[in-house]
Amino acid sequence: METTTVFLVLVLLTIISFFMGRKRSHAVTSGLGGARALHSLPKHYGYMAALWALLPALLVLVLWLVFEHGVITRMVLSELPPAVQDMPASQQGLYFNQIVSYAHGATDASMLDETQVLAAQHYRFYDSTSRSIKALLVFLVALAGAILALRQIRPALRARNHVEGILKWMLFGCSFLAVLTTLGIVMSVLFEAIRFFQAIPIADFLFGLEWSPQMAIRADQVAASGSFGFVPLLVGTLLISAVAMVIAVPVGLMSAIYLSEYATRRFRAVTKPVLEILAGVPTVVYGFFAALTVAPFIRGLGESIGLHVASESALAAGLVMGIMIIPFVMSLSDDIINAVPDTLREASLGMGATMNETIRKVLLPAALPGIVGGILLAVSRAIGETMIVVMAAGLSAKLTINPLEAVTTITVQIVTLLVGDQEFDNPKTLAAFALGLVLFFVTLLLNVIALYVVRKYREQYE
Amino acid sequence: MERVEQQEPVAGSKGDAIRPPLDIQAHSEQKDYETIGTPFVTDPKMTARNVNVYYGDKQAITTISLDIGRNEVIAMIGPSGCGKSTFLRTLNRMNDIIPICRVEGEFCLDGDDIYADDQDTVLLRARVGMVFQKPNPFPKSIYENVAYGPKIHGLAHSKAELDEIVEDSLRRASLFNEVKDQLDKPGTGLSGGQQQRLCIARAIAVSPEVILMDEPCSALDPIATARIEELIDELKENYTIAIVTHSMQQAARVSQRTAYFHMGKLIEVGDTKQIFTMPKHELTENYITGRFG
Repeated sequence: METTTVFLVLVLLTIISFFMGRKRSHAVTSGLGGARALHSLPKHYGYMAALWALLPALLVLVLWLVFEHGVITRMVLSELPPAVQDMPASQQGLYFNQIVSYAHGATDASMLDETQVLAAQHYRFYDSTSRSIKALLVFLVALAGAILALRQIRPALRARNHVEGILKWMLFGCSFLAVLTTLGIVMSVLFEAIRFFQAIPIADFLFGLEWSPQMAIRADQVAASGSFGFVPLLVGTLLISAVAMVIAVPVGLMSAIYLSEYATRRFRAVTKPVLEILAGVPTVVYGFFAALTVAPFIRGLGESIGLHVASESALAAGLVMGIMIIPFVMSLSDDIINAVPDTLREASLGMGATMNETIRKVLLPAALPGIVGGILLAVSRAIGETMIVVMAAGLSAKLTINPLEAVTTITVQIVTLLVGDQEFDNPKTLAAFALGLVLFFVTLLLNVIALYVVRKYREQYE
Repeated sequence: MERVEQQEPVAGSKGDAIRPPLDIQAHSEQKDYETIGTPFVTDPKMTARNVNVYYGDKQAITTISLDIGRNEVIAMIGPSGCGKSTFLRTLNRMNDIIPICRVEGEFCLDGDDIYADDQDTVLLRARVGMVFQKPNPFPKSIYENVAYGPKIHGLAHSKAELDEIVEDSLRRASLFNEVKDQLDKPGTGLSGGQQQRLCIARAIAVSPEVILMDEPCSALDPIATARIEELIDELKENYTIAIVTHSMQQAARVSQRTAYFHMGKLIEVGDTKQIFTMPKHELTENYITGRFG
């Protein structure tokens, strides 16, 4: 049986268990005055039976699926002649793949030797047996769970508490999964980065002033020895983010103030969704807007007043990134300013303060920590932004703080290092993981600061 | 910031067999009516004539005329949604910040039209201060809270002068002795009663002529309430005070005149003593004897 079918039948069993559980709860109280004699509502007994049927069976199914392939592979391999077993791992893999693809009918026998054909037959046998056992086992476990639950049902059974407890653990499981995933990503980046640091000293990476990751891949290739100084990338990233924030913070904050304090309700009802659409534009669209419209415009403007501007300038990328972040800053600030209690507005206006004084002296100070938190979140977005910079800021890792020159960022370099065919035992490729790790720590730091500030803000009033 | 006052249906004179039942609904639909008692005084500080206030299509106040005498405490009482807070807020144009609110009528402060086109709400609100229902100190230090008004109105020319205003205002609000060692602590850290006295100190720091109080004690315990009432008694030497209250005992204790509002109308005005002992209008009597409200 296919896994999908097994799953669907399991769902069906679960639903049936629910109704059986509910029915049984009625049955056990028939002589005792009906459902009032039950500790919990009848549906809780149903839920309990359903969960008992579903969860253990689901666990068995998942475990089976995880280990199925590995076990079958090992069983088939162990039956192959010693010559095959002594092959190097990569060659053995290739050999085995031929068996599997023949077994699935993807290739014909002409490409295989006799042992492989035999092994393919074994493989097919193990595979079909595994499917049958899987289906049988899952159904048995589901039935056992359901029967066990149904037998327990009696009026005194605290089914509600039981179900609540199971649900609590399910919720815990989900959040644990999210944490586990994050941890997994960090670990994989970390281990690759460690491999990189075995080839390139960590001090050279963190404090080197030159970035040119070209390295000879083969011995006969002529190429630079490669230098992995991370400083130009960091400076480039910060430069572009700074330009972006110079645009996004004042415009975003002031439009938030206008929207929350001055705008009529109708204007607000139209403007806010429009600005939120701005947030929904894919960054790749912003990217070609930056590369094809803004960058040439800035270069033309610079040349007309006698400045040399690179055709891919940090300014162009930063400007467009700033526009991209405006709705983000605006939306966060708007929420925070709106969260300042009206009583404070009234107090200030009632003292004879103007709207402007009220905003500057009461609302903004009260909302400031929250706004700072929002801005820091926006900065971490700017630092992580890739598409716009790839298209508009160029690739030259120049160490400069002149926004009219082309610079490159951490994310852009990660992209260029990993695009195309790459070897994963080369420092050039591994450098991407080191960059990723640094980027992760920078944004993590910013997020921690932002969360700290936001938490402080909560204690501000009330 | 929409603030539409809900007109609660008022229970009739229930359980009263002797008196014929009062037709409150008919009374509220009647447009022209006469306020019983003494709405006008000889030496008014503020005057309001033929006031109508609308929230959108809904009329919150119907043709009210009332004087507020110099250095008197006038209490405004009435059931919830009767328009007393709305009327109070028209006196320093706080309703201006509610977009859907429309005010008609003539209002004068010492003879100046406060709704005139050239009237600056900034100057008006400096002359007519306000204390709100819920204590609302700014999330700033105690000192900064009181110094806020003098700063925005440029009342102090030096730090010493500002210090003096702050201390004087806190003393008048009988708060100074409690907070003199913690002027740099946040005002939000004080107790509810202290916060409300801080708000009063903040209001009097700009030396207003009139102080409007919108249920200033409704969020406070009896002891804090007693202190505020004492304070109101002291303040009336120098200020004119209009206070909205739900507590009839409070109105009786602190005010010289009392105005009874009912469903957007000013039913009866008179000396506090007379209102509470010999009300002339049936609605007033029903309210103060606790038949509804």
